[in-house]
This record gives sequence, C-alpha cells and structure tokens, in this order.
Amino acid sequence: MIGRDASVPGAVGLARARERAAAVTGPAGKALELQGLTKIYGSETVVDRFETRIEAGEFFSLLGPSGSGKTTTLMMVAGFASIDAGRLLVDGVDLAAVPPERRGFGMVFQNYAIFPHMDVFENVAFPLRARGMPKALVRERVAAALDLVQLRHLSDRYARQLSGGQQQRVAIARAIVFQPPVVLMDEPLGALDKNLRYDLQVEIKEIQRRLGMTVLYVTHDQEEAMNLSDRVAIMSRGRVEQIGAPRAVYERPVNAFTARFLGEANLLPGRIVTPGPGRIAFQLEDGAVLHADEAATRGAGTEGQLFVRPEKLTLNPSADPLRDGLNHLSGTVRRASFLGSVVRYAVETGSGALVTADAPNVAAHHHPEPGARVALAWSPADTVILPPDAA
Amino acid sequence: MGRDRTWLLLLPALGLLVLLFLAPLAWFLARTLFIETAPAEVPALFADVLTARSMQVAALTTLWVSVLVTLATLVIGYPIAFYLANRRGWRAALVVFCVVVPYFTSVIVRTYALTVVLGRSGLINELLGASGLIGAPLALLYNTFGIVVGMTYVLLPYMVLTLYATMKAIDPNLLRAGRALGASPLYLFRRVYLPLSVPGIVSGSLIVLILALGFFITPALMGGPGDVTVAMLIERAIEILIDWPSAAVMSVVLLAATLILFAVYARVTDLRRMMGA
Amino acid sequence: MRAALPLFVGCACLLLILPIAIVVVLGFSGGTFLRFPPTSLSLRWFAAFLGDPGWRAALWSSLAIGGVACVVATGVGFLAAYALVRGAFPAKRLILAVALLPIVSPTVVTAIAMYYASARLGLVGNVVWVGLCHAVIAFPVVLLILLSALQAVDLRLEQAALSLGASRARTLRTVVVPLAAPGLASAALFAFLTSFDELVISLFLTNAATQTLPVRIWNSLHMQVEPTVAAVSAFLIGVTGVILAADALLRRRRKA
Repeated sequence: MIGRDASVPGAVGLARARERAAAVTGPAGKALELQGLTKIYGSETVVDRFETRIEAGEFFSLLGPSGSGKTTTLMMVAGFASIDAGRLLVDGVDLAAVPPERRGFGMVFQNYAIFPHMDVFENVAFPLRARGMPKALVRERVAAALDLVQLRHLSDRYARQLSGGQQQRVAIARAIVFQPPVVLMDEPLGALDKNLRYDLQVEIKEIQRRLGMTVLYVTHDQEEAMNLSDRVAIMSRGRVEQIGAPRAVYERPVNAFTARFLGEANLLPGRIVTPGPGRIAFQLEDGAVLHADEAATRGAGTEGQLFVRPEKLTLNPSADPLRDGLNHLSGTVRRASFLGSVVRYAVETGSGALVTADAPNVAAHHHPEPGARVALAWSPADTVILPPDAA
Repeated sequence: MGRDRTWLLLLPALGLLVLLFLAPLAWFLARTLFIETAPAEVPALFADVLTARSMQVAALTTLWVSVLVTLATLVIGYPIAFYLANRRGWRAALVVFCVVVPYFTSVIVRTYALTVVLGRSGLINELLGASGLIGAPLALLYNTFGIVVGMTYVLLPYMVLTLYATMKAIDPNLLRAGRALGASPLYLFRRVYLPLSVPGIVSGSLIVLILALGFFITPALMGGPGDVTVAMLIERAIEILIDWPSAAVMSVVLLAATLILFAVYARVTDLRRMMGA
Repeated sequence: MRAALPLFVGCACLLLILPIAIVVVLGFSGGTFLRFPPTSLSLRWFAAFLGDPGWRAALWSSLAIGGVACVVATGVGFLAAYALVRGAFPAKRLILAVALLPIVSPTVVTAIAMYYASARLGLVGNVVWVGLCHAVIAFPVVLLILLSALQAVDLRLEQAALSLGASRARTLRTVVVPLAAPGLASAALFAFLTSFDELVISLFLTNAATQTLPVRIWNSLHMQVEPTVAAVSAFLIGVTGVILAADALLRRRRKA
C-alpha cells in the first residue's frame, strides 16, 4: 500500500520512529470520577457503591479475585454495562447517557479482540477511520502508534500470524492511536506467560507515562497491579476493600482480606491491651504481648488480629540476646521451603500457631534446620492490628 | 495400544454407501450410457438431450429459480439469524421454534400447507378479497412465483441455521472493541460484523443453491405447466417416456453441477457443522 | 431502526409457522370442504384417516420402513462417527464429504438409480429394502448428530477404561455408548423422522401395497383434494413435534 514505509528500522529509521512516536502525544489524560457506582443483577449487588476519583494521568488498577466485580466496574465505565446507581464523571461531565462509541475511551481486552479479517495496519487504523479521519493522517498516526509498540515491520500481518505478545501490542496500539484521554484495560496480559507479562508491563507503563493518559486497569495478579499502578483498589464480592498506593496497601492493609490477597501474611488473633495512638500493646491468645505502631486510637479489650509480613521477620538462634524495641516470639522450625530468592520457614510458637518467616537466600543469614529452636524478631513499625475476620 | 484400527468401524457405513448408493448410481449410469448405448452414439446422445428445447428451458428455469430462491433465503434469513445470534430468552426460543418446526416437517406436508394458504380460495386470497384490495383472486400458485415462494419457504431454515452457526462464532468482544474504539453501530456492522459473517453467507448460499438445483417435490406441486425443472424432466423421462438414456444424461449434468458446488462448499465449510448440527 | 429488526423477524416467523398451524387446524375441521377458518371442529377426518384401510396400510408401511432405516442408520452411523472422532487415519475430511453425499445429491437422481437397481434385483416394493435405501439418506443425519455428541465425550474417560484393562469393544459398550446415549437417542429419532417424511425415493421404490404416508399424500394431491390429507398432514406434523420435544429433553440431559 502506498505510504506504508516498509524500511527496516536501522539507526536512521529508529530516530525517525522516535520522532513520529512523539507525535502521538496528544492531550493529557482526563480525570475519572466514580461516585457510588453500583451494579445489581437480580438480587445480587455485583458492584457496591464504588467511590473514587482517578486523577488525570493516573494509573489506577482494580485488583481482586474472579467474581469480585472488577470487570463489571470496568464495563460500566466503558458503557457496556448500565449503571444502576451512582454517577460516572469525566472532567466533571456525566457519562451515563453516552453510548460506548461516543465515550472516546481506548480499550484493551483480555483476548486482544483483534479483528481477524483485517491486518495489523487496518486494525490500528479502525478507530481513526470510524472517526472519518483523512487518509494521509490515518497513515501517519497508525505508523506512529505502531512505532510506539515496535510493530511497524508487521503492519501487513493478520492476527493469526502473530504471537500472543504481538497481538497484545496491536491491541494497545489500536487503543491509543486516537489519543484517548482514558484507556481501559481488562486483564490485558492474562493470557500471556510470566516472563512476557513482565516485559509488557514495563512497556505499558512506559507508554502510559509518555502519553500522559489516564489508565483504568483490571487484573487479578497482585504483582502486576503493584508494579504498574499509582493506586490500587482491592475488590472482593462487589465491595471495595481498600484503595491506596501499592506500597501502603501492601504494608498497611485495613483487613485480613487485603492482607492475604496481596501476599503471604501472618495473622495472629488476640486482644488490645493498651490503646493508641502511638504504640499499641496487643496480647496473643497464649499470653505473649506484642506491639504495633498505629496512628489511630483503638479501644482497649477489642478483639483483633496482629498482622506482619513474613519478610519483616528475622530468624535468630534462640540463644541470641533479645533486642529492645522489637517484637519477639520463640518457637521450633517445622518446615523450611526453598523458594529461590528466599527460604520460607514455618515456625511453631508456644501456642501451637504456625508463623511464617522469610529469610533471604544469602550465606550471611541464619538458616536453621527443621526441629531447631529459633527466636523471631520484628519491628512494631511493621506491625498492624486488624479487626477480626468477618464471619 | 498397538496400531490404530479404528478405521475398521467405517466399514459398515462404507458398505451401506457403496452397495445402496454409489453402486446403483454407477450401475444405472454406466449401463444406460456405455452398455446399452453404443460407444459411438454417446456424444450424439448427449448432444441430442442437451440441445433439446425442453432441456434448455428446464435448465434455465432451474438456474433462474435456484438463484432467486438463494437470494430470497439470504435476504430473509440474514436478519433472522442475526436476531437469533444476538438475543436470548423466550423471544429467541420462539424464533428458534418457528424455524426448526418447519425444518423438520415433511417437505410434502409443507408444500401442501403452502398450497392451502396460497390457493385461489386460500387464506391470502380470501383475506385480500374480503378487504376489498383485489377484485379477482391472485394467481399465487402454479407459476414461477409459486415455485419461488414454495422453495424459499422450504429452504429458508437451511440458510438461517448456517448463518446462525457463523454469527454465533463471532467473538462479542470484537464488537465491544469496535464500539469502544468509536465505531457507530452501523459502521461496526459494515466493517466488522458483515465481513465476519461472509463465510456463513457463502456456505448458506451454496447449500441452498445445491438443494434448490435438485429440488423436485415443491416445483412439481407448485409450478405451472411452463415451469419444468431439470429434476422434473428426469422424473418424466422415467415415469412417462421410459427414456432411460435421456434420464441418465440429464442426471449426469445435474449431478455434476451439484458435486462441483458441493466440492466448493466442503472447502469453505466445516462439514461437521453442516445443517446446524 | 431499533424496532425494525424484531418486527421483520416476527413477521418472517409468523409466515414460517402459519402454513403449518393452518394445516393442523384444518386437520381438525368438521366441514366436508377445506375451508379456513373451519366452521366447526371435529375428529372426523382423523377417523377417516385411521378408518381407511389404504391409509392404515400406508401408516404401517411408513412405520416399518422408518424402523428399519432408523436401526440401520443409527448403528452404522454410530460406528462411523466414533471412527471419525477418535481414529487417527488420513483423509477424514474427504471421508466425511463422501458420507454426506446422499443429502446433497439430487434426490430424483438417487431415487432413479436405486429404482434401476431395485427393479433388476426384483426388490421394488420390498419394505426392508426400502428401509435400507432410506438408511442411506438417514445415515448422514445420524453422522452429523453423533459427531458432535461424541466430540463432547471426554477422551480421558475412555483412556481410563483402557488403562484399567477394558478391551476396545468393552470400552465402547460400557463407557462410550452410555455417555453418548442421549445423542444416540436423538440420532435415532431423527433417522426415523428422515425416513418417515421421505417422499421421492419411496415414490419410486414402493408399490401400491407398500406405499408410505407421504406417497399417499402425493397421490391424493394429484387426484382430488380430500380433507383427509389435512388430517394426515396434521398427524405427520404431530410426529415431528413429538420428536422435536423428545430431542429437546434429550439435549437438556446431554448438558446435565
């Protein structure tokens, strides 16, 4: 086809490609406001009053197990599912009555949804042609978008001739080529294998940063969400359990669900002895007293569970002296699992509870054998008191 | 597990097909054309039969009617299949019912039913007459119009079921993707849905065309004196004229046309899904 | 625009089902002439149908021919479908295409060829022979139904049976057949229906003593239109309805 430059990307080509890619940079992203967004199917509330403001240019992920309502939320934003209650605003404009094709969002689907009867170029050109853009401009824009995902040399291939990763790049190029202020992605990397997934995460993040678009991203993979996002919303059974920056959500979960969903968690039941603010004293069921640094006041005597991540614990020989200002538990190593970068120990404490501790796989670290007595230590700053599990 | 001998299970079917279908066909054609006719006369026989006016008229009628019927089933069947592929619930079930019940009803019964509706004193003429729209009853039967209506009625389910199978396989995410990317419903239909349903259009048209070319019952009952199809001519050659050689020549022509179309059909269609199975 | 599609589909469906509904109603008409709507309703034409020795004989021969065709086509079709689904041999597409030839070949040509052979073998009018000939056109129908039914049977269950020491034949009998039973039943029903509704082959291969219901309808349509034909047609539609309902039940079981 005329105008489709088939030159191999050499040094000059690459520089030109960069220039063209820069031309894709359009208007920056827009803010997306979800005000009590609710979806009800029959008697079941699939999404329950989702409330947040996603800032312009923010990368926001919906994270949760299947059936948690994250995809339904995305579909409401996209316009494919009706909004049963609440409002959806883009830069202050209500979108409820706007059909999907007029919302102007880019969208990337889990199984790519590449049109099988069109080649790569035509797929990426689709949103531009649907908007009646002149031919010359279409060629220019498509070329730039394909440069951005490094697929220009494959522009006359069909989906069936592409690998999964390449198909997903086409889907991304197609979703950004018309410079949408907001891009929605529904588990875009779910069908890819682990290494490729990581590479594409890096690419997606890079493109998002360069184009300044707002991204709403759905995934069930917590590592993916934490790697990509500015903020994460953790969902469970239609409810938003917690919204926050990845690190904050990981280290200071607000309940046991979030704690467990984002990674391995130790949760030890007990009750609060001295309330905060500041340093809270918490008594386990076997009588041991541990501390947690909390900003808020908690009622004395309230039941709860003490949370700490396995990598925060250090394993010491039981003969080592205790250090001031740290939480201590002693026990017997029951199991040691070699996981590569860490060795994960299951330590049985006096009460019979199993505590998990990760020791980095370095020679300098203490690596006891199963059956050995050990002392566990960690900082109250890494400790959080959570409410008891809801029944 | 040793060598795979599952293919042996094909033998009974092969026996049935060979003994009762292929062998009689070969016997009939070979004997009438090569044994009972002197080899030197075969070309002349073909020339005679194929240049006979009755045969040429019948061939044109058959072709013309078949093409009309194919187009009619496509135009009527496409919206029905589209509706079925995109709806659920009792309405869709009702549509399926209305398509499937005629599909499995005897062709003779369906043709008879149509003659009742379309006859001079049939329902349509009665209704039109009573409403004062027409003075004299319309001739809806025993002419080309009658054949086309009848065959369209009988063959429509094949078209609907074939189109439906293709449309059902269109990934709904493609349509969502198209809308999310800014395409209006009409643009989306033209650029995505229609092209993706083309295999169904081709398969459906071919199967209807194949069946229409060899159709006998409906044209025989609903056509007029001037509407003789090739299949009817073959039947007359046997039943009335007892002219086996002519019947054999016409059979070869009809069979060849059918087989060529079927070869194309088999290439573009997953045969396992033929007839909406 | 939004209402146009359902409207069109609704009208088309009405036109599809209307002639059939009208014939069913006519079958129950009470008058001496075929008029729609009938002036009164009665079972007199059904009584005439079942009271007439000729129509009764036609019914019996339809049932007998259908029975033979059903048994033969289902048995042969099952083995062939199993071979095509599970076997590892070349040219499967070609084999399937050949197996489907009987439903695409012009029926008149097939019927004449069968008639030609039958006449020379002295088998015209033989009920079992006609049943076998019907089995030829019922076989592709059985094959298509069973291909999809057997595709749904988990190969690992068969492998499990074989690994547990069952022979091929035993596996087929104790694992495959029971699992494919609803599909087999559907296939048998449609094989019967294909034969029961068949006209052109019967037209050539039966004689006055063994003519089937469709052949008798054909003959009486060519002579005079008697209201009995409406009753017989209604009866045939009823058989189709019963078989479709049975198939719907079987499908539900296949899914369960």
